[in-house]
Amino acid sequence: MIQLSINGAAREFAESLSIAQMIVELELTGKRIAIERNGEIVPKSQYEQTILQNGDVLEMVVAVGGG
Amino acid sequence: MMNTVNDAFQIAGKTYQSRLIVGTGKYKDFAQTRAAVDESGAEIVTVAIRRVNIGQDASQPSLLDALPPSQYTYLPNTAGCYNAEDAVRTLRLARELLDGHKLVKLEVLGDPNTLYPNVRETLKAAETLVKDGFDVMVYTSDDPIIAKELEQIGCCAIMPLASLIGSGMGILNPWNLRLIIDSANVPVLIDAGVGTASDAAVAMELGCDGILMNTAIAGAQDPIRMARAMKLAVQAGRDAFLAGRVPRKLYSADPSSPTSGLIAAK
Repeated sequence: MIQLSINGAAREFAESLSIAQMIVELELTGKRIAIERNGEIVPKSQYEQTILQNGDVLEMVVAVGGG
Repeated sequence: MMNTVNDAFQIAGKTYQSRLIVGTGKYKDFAQTRAAVDESGAEIVTVAIRRVNIGQDASQPSLLDALPPSQYTYLPNTAGCYNAEDAVRTLRLARELLDGHKLVKLEVLGDPNTLYPNVRETLKAAETLVKDGFDVMVYTSDDPIIAKELEQIGCCAIMPLASLIGSGMGILNPWNLRLIIDSANVPVLIDAGVGTASDAAVAMELGCDGILMNTAIAGAQDPIRMARAMKLAVQAGRDAFLAGRVPRKLYSADPSSPTSGLIAAK
C-alpha cells in the first residue's frame, strides 16, 4: 500500500504504480494535463517509466477559463 | 479600409490580424465562451492553469475541446500568483501542458482586494522566464520606468493596466499610458479595466498596439454582442489613431463651410 498526495488530498493505492497507471486509475485517460512530482515537472514522455513512491507529492493541472 | 498588410501586429515574431486578445473566464458555459471569442475576432486567448478536479466526470468537456489550441494562440496566465516562484512554476507547467508552448502572460499580484500587480515580484519572475526561453507578455502598473525595465529584461510585450482588473473603470491615466507607449520598442497592450466599447476605442486612439480584456465581454448582459462591439471599437480606435485626429482648439471654433459667398443679409 502506498500513499500519495495528489492536488493536496491524500490518496492510497494498493501498490507502487507508474504515473501512466495512476492516470488510468484516476480516470483521466486522454485528458490534457501536466504533472509536477515533488516540485519537478514530469514530461509526458516519462509517464510510463516514472514509478511513484510512498509519500510522493503530486500536482496535476489543466487549462481552464480565465483572463 | 485600413491596409492590414501595412499595419501588421506582431508579437514574438508572429503576425496577427486582430489587436484584441480576450480572456476565457466568467462565461456561462463553453459554448458561450466559444461564441464570444469567435464574435470578437480574437486570435489569442488567455487561459488559467488550475488543479485537475479529480473525481470529476471524465467525459465532461474541457476548455481545450471548446477552443482547440490548433485554432487559437493560447496565452496561459499566472492569475492568482502572488510571488515570482509560483508564477514561474505555473508557467513551466503550462509549457508542459501545451507541448512546449512559449508565449505566456505573466501577472504577479500584490493584493487580493485590488489585484494590483506586485512589480518587484513581476520583475523577478520576468527575468527567470526570459532566461528560460519564454516569450513573456507582462501585466504591470502604468509606471513608465518599470515598463522600460521590463522591456530591457526582454519581455516581448508590456501590458499596463487601464484600471483595476474587472473594475470596468476604463482608462484612468491616459497620460502615463501614453508615456509608456511613446518610449516602448515592443508592443504595448492595455490589459485590465476596460468597461465598454468607448474605453477600447480611447485606448487604441492613444496608440497602444492592442487590448486584452475579459470581464467587459463576459460580464456584459449580452456577451456575444459586446464581443462584436469590442472588435469594432478596437478597429475604429486603431483607424482613428492612424488617421491622426484634428487638434483640439480651446475656446475657438473653426467652421467647416465656406465663410465667403454667403447670400446677402436682408
